[in-house]
Amino acid sequence: MVNLKIDNHVVNVPAGTSILDAARQVQIDIPTLCKHPDVDPSAGCGLCIVKVNGRILRSCCTPVAEGMNIITSDPELVGVRRSVLELILSNHPNSCLTCIRSGNCELQDLTQDFGIREPKYPNITKKYPIDDTTKSIVLDPAKCITCGRCVEVCQNQQNVWALSFLNRGIATRISGAGGITLEESPCIKCGQCSAHCPTGAIVEYDETEKVWDMLNNPELHVVVQVAPAVRVAVGEDFGYEIGENLTGKLYASLRRLGFNKVFDTNFGADLTIMEEATEFVSRLTKTPSSLPLVTSCCPAWVDLLEKYHHDMIPYFSSCKSPQSMVGALTKTYYAEKAGIDPAKIRVISIMPCTAKKWEIVRSEDMSSSGFQDVDVSLTTRELARMIKQSGINFRELENEEADNPLGEYTGAATIFGTTGGVMTAALRTAYHFVTGKELGVFEFKAIEGLEGIKEAEVDVDGTKVRIAVAHGAGNVETVLQRIREAKANGTELPYHFIEVMACRGGCVAGGGQPRALLPNQPKPRGITDEIRAKRREGLLNEDRGSEIRRSHQNPSIQQLYKDFLGEPASHKAHELLHTHYVERNTYNNRNE
Amino acid sequence: MAETDVATQVANKWKRKRGSLIMALHEIQEIKGFVPWADAAILAEGMGVPLARIYEVLTFYNFFKLEAPGKAVVSVCTGTACYLKGNDKILAEFQKQLGIKEGETDAEGNFHLQSVRCVGCCGLAPVTVVNNKTYGRITTENVKGIIDEWKKNLSESKE
Amino acid sequence: MADIDEIRKKFDIHVLADKKKDELKKYECNLYCCDSTGCRSSGSEPIMGVMKRIIEENNLQEKVRTIPTGCMGLCAQGPLVRVEIKGQKDVLYKMLDASIMEKIMLEHIIPALNLKDGDSFKLPSELNQYTLSLELPFFTKQEKVVLKNAGHIDPEDVQEYIADGGYLALEKVLKTMTPEEVVQEMKKSGLRGRGGGGFSTGMKWEIAAKVPLVDEKFIICNGDEGDPGAYMDRSILEGNPHEVIEGMMIGAYAIGATEGWFYIRAEYPLAVERVQKAIKDCKKNMLLGSNIMGSNFSFNIEVRLGAGAFVCGEETALIRSIEGNRGTPRPRPPYPTDSGIWGKPSCVNNVETLANIPTIIMKGAEWFSSFGTETSKGTKVFALTGQVEHSGLIEVPMGTTLNEIVNVIGGGVPGGKKLKAVQTGGPSGGVIPVSEMDLPVCYECLKKVGSIMGSGGMIVMDDTSNMVDIAHFYLDFTVDESCGKCAPCRIGGKQLLMLLEKIKQGRGTIKEIESLKKVAEAMQKASLCGLGQTAPNPVLSTLKFFEGEYMDRLKK
Repeated sequence: MVNLKIDNHVVNVPAGTSILDAARQVQIDIPTLCKHPDVDPSAGCGLCIVKVNGRILRSCCTPVAEGMNIITSDPELVGVRRSVLELILSNHPNSCLTCIRSGNCELQDLTQDFGIREPKYPNITKKYPIDDTTKSIVLDPAKCITCGRCVEVCQNQQNVWALSFLNRGIATRISGAGGITLEESPCIKCGQCSAHCPTGAIVEYDETEKVWDMLNNPELHVVVQVAPAVRVAVGEDFGYEIGENLTGKLYASLRRLGFNKVFDTNFGADLTIMEEATEFVSRLTKTPSSLPLVTSCCPAWVDLLEKYHHDMIPYFSSCKSPQSMVGALTKTYYAEKAGIDPAKIRVISIMPCTAKKWEIVRSEDMSSSGFQDVDVSLTTRELARMIKQSGINFRELENEEADNPLGEYTGAATIFGTTGGVMTAALRTAYHFVTGKELGVFEFKAIEGLEGIKEAEVDVDGTKVRIAVAHGAGNVETVLQRIREAKANGTELPYHFIEVMACRGGCVAGGGQPRALLPNQPKPRGITDEIRAKRREGLLNEDRGSEIRRSHQNPSIQQLYKDFLGEPASHKAHELLHTHYVERNTYNNRNE
Repeated sequence: MAETDVATQVANKWKRKRGSLIMALHEIQEIKGFVPWADAAILAEGMGVPLARIYEVLTFYNFFKLEAPGKAVVSVCTGTACYLKGNDKILAEFQKQLGIKEGETDAEGNFHLQSVRCVGCCGLAPVTVVNNKTYGRITTENVKGIIDEWKKNLSESKE
Repeated sequence: MADIDEIRKKFDIHVLADKKKDELKKYECNLYCCDSTGCRSSGSEPIMGVMKRIIEENNLQEKVRTIPTGCMGLCAQGPLVRVEIKGQKDVLYKMLDASIMEKIMLEHIIPALNLKDGDSFKLPSELNQYTLSLELPFFTKQEKVVLKNAGHIDPEDVQEYIADGGYLALEKVLKTMTPEEVVQEMKKSGLRGRGGGGFSTGMKWEIAAKVPLVDEKFIICNGDEGDPGAYMDRSILEGNPHEVIEGMMIGAYAIGATEGWFYIRAEYPLAVERVQKAIKDCKKNMLLGSNIMGSNFSFNIEVRLGAGAFVCGEETALIRSIEGNRGTPRPRPPYPTDSGIWGKPSCVNNVETLANIPTIIMKGAEWFSSFGTETSKGTKVFALTGQVEHSGLIEVPMGTTLNEIVNVIGGGVPGGKKLKAVQTGGPSGGVIPVSEMDLPVCYECLKKVGSIMGSGGMIVMDDTSNMVDIAHFYLDFTVDESCGKCAPCRIGGKQLLMLLEKIKQGRGTIKEIESLKKVAEAMQKASLCGLGQTAPNPVLSTLKFFEGEYMDRLKK
């Protein structure tokens, strides 16, 4: 432990702590625009300067040392910070009124805090083409303050290398790798860049207008489905505590918005488990050489696999994601049941994720109903804006229930939204499929928490099933490498079943989640491990409190198989609920 | 040597050595005069370096060119000594004589005009370098002679 | 083992030195022709061609030797040739071309060789106009340590360096000193980093030596000289690469480094070529590799090129560049001595710093520290350029006054103009007005007047130079060279430049002057690295000493 003084308060912190973090212990939030707890300090913005024994240093990257005497704020420091902020603003469009990030922008926050009321220097912002080629995320380099968070996340945490810096000095900007568009780049649309961007430089591709048009069209029957992770995050945009489960109010608000039916993606999650557990059991008992089975409900991960890991395609679960399953069934099973022409049905999904926007047009398999199965995928942030726009007082809404037949779900479904959840849910059902018995435990301690790669072993009727859970795209490589080595050497597989989620923490921390800053919440906005843990806890609590916690026990699922699909992995199930993967170029259209 | 062989060979030469990306890029540019996209892509694959990183590097360093320059690259030194001795007039004269602006290549692809940071021949200021040949203590009157010399060189090398 | 010992004996430097000395003894005439970038561009290559041809035609191969050398200093007067004939006074020729060289060969060299012993040769008056007096203060007032061999040996011939006492310092260190003793000797010498930082080399080595060796430890030679108007390092690398290599090896021994890296500007192809050749020759002569000179010390050197980024002279940026990244600096600590290339301990020393090492080892710390001032020891190489009579490379003891350098050694401002100011430290430095010419050059003295030592660029300005333009020139450079990582430097520099442009164009008011100071303060205090922190210096120092010139340009 290191003893030091910050603004005359004695502080005692572990060696290696930065001054910035140490200052939090004495209730000081030193301003910064580039430091984020998820990334190493880049030391870019220059705002977090403090005086260390009289010398001005950056607090984000200066570790504490014994006996340091630190001043975090005095007229000189505040004056320099203000100048730096004024300089940053001189290279920013300052078009806050029409910016999608207005109200949840870190640069705007600081400008307000510093009371800057007029531009001090001529504006030198350069216009660049806006890159919306992915139709998932939108990059506007002009709004970028080159803090480097997105690049760090994309390259080093996600190991995707879609984003890069280009040029140097005042011409420095971010761009798809080597100046190409994001669509041509290896971008997997995970949106973690957007989740970490302090300004409006990388944001979600807004499709609310499209949805309003559908809702306003009396000819259409507009159906909505909500993903698991949305329910524990949407409340933050309405002043609720992080992680508070607001499923009932969410349903109510969706009805108020004018959706004709409110379904739940969680139903699709239970269904995914039925199909995936069947697939796993089949591979385990009949064709062990086709193991491991790798989960496929994360579209960013699917994208990564198709671009970077062609050799792993045979091990990928053919199951569609819950979103796609609900989409396909809405335009077939539900349409048939309700007697509605599927051509007139529109399916909107509310997702914590920007990659889901890509998933719905990923391949022909995504139109298995004969129509595009899901028409528009909105992020949690877009939904929150729609609710606000309609003047719905979210906090005052009474809880409501989802509609049948695609609304009922179990505790196993809701934990899909967090790392380890899919695996846990699948094991509960797979165990049943193999043994005919029910697993005594519901949770697996070894795959809890936010460790990047988690491993466990489960005894399924005498067979030791080894599982791995990886989250954060950058952690996948390690797991796949172990598989490759085992396959190459002919040694025993390290894992039989692997869950992958591209975002650290899983969907609760997806690229489309809210960026509200609650009064009691430490900066920065966006996603931190603290937020991940709280939202995750919200989902785990719902599971723990659920009466039914096994997907195969969902009555609506059982009904679906009885009335429509037959049995898991049936021909019909394959047509509607399964998909194929293809090898794609890492760099689209640029392999000339 | 086929176009793409260059990058493959360079990648093979450097991939096992440490700290070699910039060296490999130098070699490609040395041979081709610039670093074409296709070569960068092959290098990325061959050396196991993400393409994003390669372009981050290529666009950071002034030395690397992403497009084919002219056959004769005229570099007018803009170091301090050359500045004090009137390099601006030299640059203007080159622009006038060649009919191109700084950073441009003429229509025939013969001459590329650029200003460069100190070439370390301050004693000879003002200095201009054409390809690998350094011209010191030049005046505006010398400019035409230098251009003619290189026009001759270029037409001879064609034959 | 015996075999290796046998081979080692063959490559013993004393054996090699004696062999070379024997070989050189027979020559009656040595023709040194400057073959540095400067003189090459003035046409030294055809001159050497003429020498060789005439030697051959007259069968003088056994008597006359031609030696392509590194920089002789007076670059503005090149191509330079120095003629040394036994029993005769040395003659230095300037501004030669092939036809004059032919004359020199026929009317000076050959007749002089045919003279009887004791007779002195009288130079034909026609050739006289091409000579430079070796009595010029430019030559006599210098004190050469680093440059002692440049201009006098063939930089591409390791044997010559060895014959001249090269690698004796390495031998002394390996055979008679512990690494700790080497560090102490360096500390005692008072040598400070010549790249601009001025940090004690001995202390840096001490810190680096104390970092425990896990698997690897590096020593890096920073040859990314980028100051516009400075070419000391280029000349040293071109003129005597072995001196730097030997210095690096001694440093490596002192700190326990396992590998060395040269990082050299790509704009210096000749320097790169000569360093690469020198490394190759060292390997051939068993001066690099395993168990050097039969000791436990094993060492190898790699060369890496820069690619046109001034900021890579900053050590953390340089390290990132070697790693194959954008050369953006990172915050310190950790210092490279703890975490450098690939996170391994790395000690970064400048070219001139390393070039000082062998002499310090041979002549001792006390001898070295007899030159200079209280805090700045030894000599310093400067690139004296701009509006000065004798523009070139000089080496003087620390503490020499600016007046002595500019007016005596440099011969003052030519063309009847008046000296106005001297700029030191390049874009990070400041302008020193003529009123301060009695200032001795030392790290602290220059700092006191708002400039810095920097790497050794010294630019003389006459009364035709306008200081607003000068400030604009330097700032334009740093804005162009800013890595773009940190906001204060990236945006502050650009805004500062725009303010200066406004003033230059006569559109500025007193408000712009205030803004200049405000932005400068933000850059100095909030920039991440030295480049941004010092970028406003040329503006602030001109504003301090020549405020009137700014006021004259304001909107009336």
